[in-house]
Amino acid sequence: MPLKILVTAKRVEDPESKIKVKPDGSGIVTEGVNYKLNPFDEIAVEEALRLKEKHGGEVVVVSVGNDKSTTEIRAALAMGADRGILVRHDGPLDPLMVSAILTKLVEQEKPDLCLLGKQSIDDDQNQVGQYLADRLGVAQGTFASKTDSLESEAEQKKVPGLVLSGDGKSLQVVREIDGGVEVLELRLPAVVTTDLRLNKPRFASLPGIMKAKKKELKEIPAASLGVDLAPKVVVKRLAEPPKRKGGVKVADVNELYEKLHSEAKAL
Amino acid sequence: MSNVLVVAEQSAGHLRKATLHAISAGREIAKRTGGKLHLAVLGKGIGALAKELETYGAPVHCADAPVLEHYLAEAWAPVVAEIAKAAQATYVGAAATAFGKDLLPRAAARLGAATATEVLGFGGQGATVTFQRPMWAGNVLAEVELTTPIKVFTVRATEFPPAQKEGTGSVVAVPVSVDAGALKTRFVDFKEVKSARPELTEARVIVSGGRGTKGDFKEIEGLADDLSAAVGASRAAVDAGWVPNDWQVGQTGKVVAPELYVAAGISGAIQHLAGMKGSKVIVAINKDPEAPIFQLADYGLVADLFKAIPELRARIKAAR
Repeated sequence: MPLKILVTAKRVEDPESKIKVKPDGSGIVTEGVNYKLNPFDEIAVEEALRLKEKHGGEVVVVSVGNDKSTTEIRAALAMGADRGILVRHDGPLDPLMVSAILTKLVEQEKPDLCLLGKQSIDDDQNQVGQYLADRLGVAQGTFASKTDSLESEAEQKKVPGLVLSGDGKSLQVVREIDGGVEVLELRLPAVVTTDLRLNKPRFASLPGIMKAKKKELKEIPAASLGVDLAPKVVVKRLAEPPKRKGGVKVADVNELYEKLHSEAKAL
Repeated sequence: MSNVLVVAEQSAGHLRKATLHAISAGREIAKRTGGKLHLAVLGKGIGALAKELETYGAPVHCADAPVLEHYLAEAWAPVVAEIAKAAQATYVGAAATAFGKDLLPRAAARLGAATATEVLGFGGQGATVTFQRPMWAGNVLAEVELTTPIKVFTVRATEFPPAQKEGTGSVVAVPVSVDAGALKTRFVDFKEVKSARPELTEARVIVSGGRGTKGDFKEIEGLADDLSAAVGASRAAVDAGWVPNDWQVGQTGKVVAPELYVAAGISGAIQHLAGMKGSKVIVAINKDPEAPIFQLADYGLVADLFKAIPELRARIKAAR
C-alpha cells in the first residue's frame, strides 16, 4: 500500500543562535541569526521518508512563508522528499491561517497522511496539527514517539515508528503523554505531529543535495487559496525575560550549601 | 457575558493536579471580565469527580458517557465546544499538559477561536485580556491578543497557584451525542511509565549532568534521590548514549522551570540554557571557570563534580 504523505517544513531561527528582542519590542533582531528547517519538522520529514522507503508512495513538502523558505523545502528535498510546494505569504502567520492553507492543499493533493512537527521552535504554539485535523474531520495523533530508544537496532535500520496496518487503512501511533505512553490507531487519512524521540533525522548526502536542485518546487500565492489571511493571534509586543543576576561564584561546597540553605532557601 | 470555562483533566476518575492551577487562572480572568467561572469534566463514571469539582464554586458541566471512557481528541473536542456554547463562555482554558495541548486547539477549531499556548500570565486593561506566553523556548516573552470572539488558552501550571475550594456549585449533566462507530481514532493501549522520581516538567528540584560526567551519572542520580529530585541531562550526554533521551533538558528537549536546578558538568550551550533558564535558583558545578553556564548561575562552584557532589551530599545528610 503506497502512501502519499504531505509533510511541513517551516523556516525557523537556528536553535544555536542567540535570540535578541529589538529595543522597541516589535520583533527579534535578525542580523547574524542563522535559519534552518524546524527540528520537529525535520523529524516529520525523516518519518515520511522511512514510511515511503517501507511502503512506497510520495513525499510532498510544504512550507508557508516568503521565498526564503525555499531553502528549507530544498533541505527536505535533499533528504529525499519528492517535490515541494511553497505557499507564498509575506505577512505574519498564525495557526488558524496555516491550518486553513494546509486544508486547501490537502483538498488538492489528497494525501493519506499529513505529518507535521508538533510545534515550531520560534513561536512554540503547538496547534497547527490539531486545527488541521478538526478542519479535515480526521483522526489526530499528536506528539508521536516510539518505545524503541534512539540507540536501538530498529533505529539504526531506520524502521518507521508509525506502523501501517496490514490492509493499509490505518496507522498505529505511540504518543508520549504525561505519565506514560499511549497507543492510538488512526484511520487514514489522518494527521500526525512528531515529538523529539520519534527518530534521528538523516543528513542530506551530496548526491541528495545535487538531486534536490532539480526536483519540482511549485509556488502558490497564499492569496489565491481563498483563505482568511488576517492574523487572529496578534503579537502586541515582545520582551526579553527578566535578566538573571547570575555570575556569583562560591568558594567551596560548604559555602554553596550555606547559600542554598540560608539565602536561597532552596535546601 | 464573558464567562470562563476551564476543562478539567482526569485520569481514572482522579483529578489531575494541574487542573487546580488552571482553575486559578480561570478565576483570574472571570474577575477581570465580570463573568462567571464554569468547569467541564468528561469521561465515563466521573460523577464523584464532578461532585468534588463543585466545591470550587462553579457550575460543573459533566459529560459522562461510555464513548468518552478513553480520552480521544476527536471525540472530546466537539463535546467541549458544545459545553463552551452552553456555558456562554468567551474564554476556554485548561492546563498546558499533553492533554490540554492536544484537546484545546481542536476544540478551538470547532469554535472558530484562536488559541494561546502555555500562558504565563494575563495582561491588558480591564476586560480586555491579553496573554503572556513564551516564544523561542522562553528566550522571548510575548504579549499576545486573540482577536476571535471566543478565546482559548492553556496555562503553564507552575505560574498559577493551585485553587482552593470556595463557594458552592452545581452539576449540570451534558447530553453526549458522539457516535462511537463514526470515530476514526481508536484507543489501543496506555502504559504507565513508573518511576520513583518525579517527572522533569513537574519536579521541584532537578539535578542534571552533561559531558563532564563522562557517562557516569551515579553521583548525579544519588544527589537527585537525596533531594527527591528529577534527573536531567544535556544534549551532549544524550547524544553520547549515556542516558535516555527523555532526560534531555533544552530547547528541543524538555523545557523546565523548577525551584532549584543543579547543572553538573554542563558547559551551558544556548540550546540547554533555553530549556532551564526559567528555574528559580540555578547552581552550576563545573571544572572550567570559563563555562558559559556560570554567567547564568546564581551559585557557581568551580570544582570537579566527582569531588563536589559527594561532599554536598554528605553536607546535606549531616544537616538532616
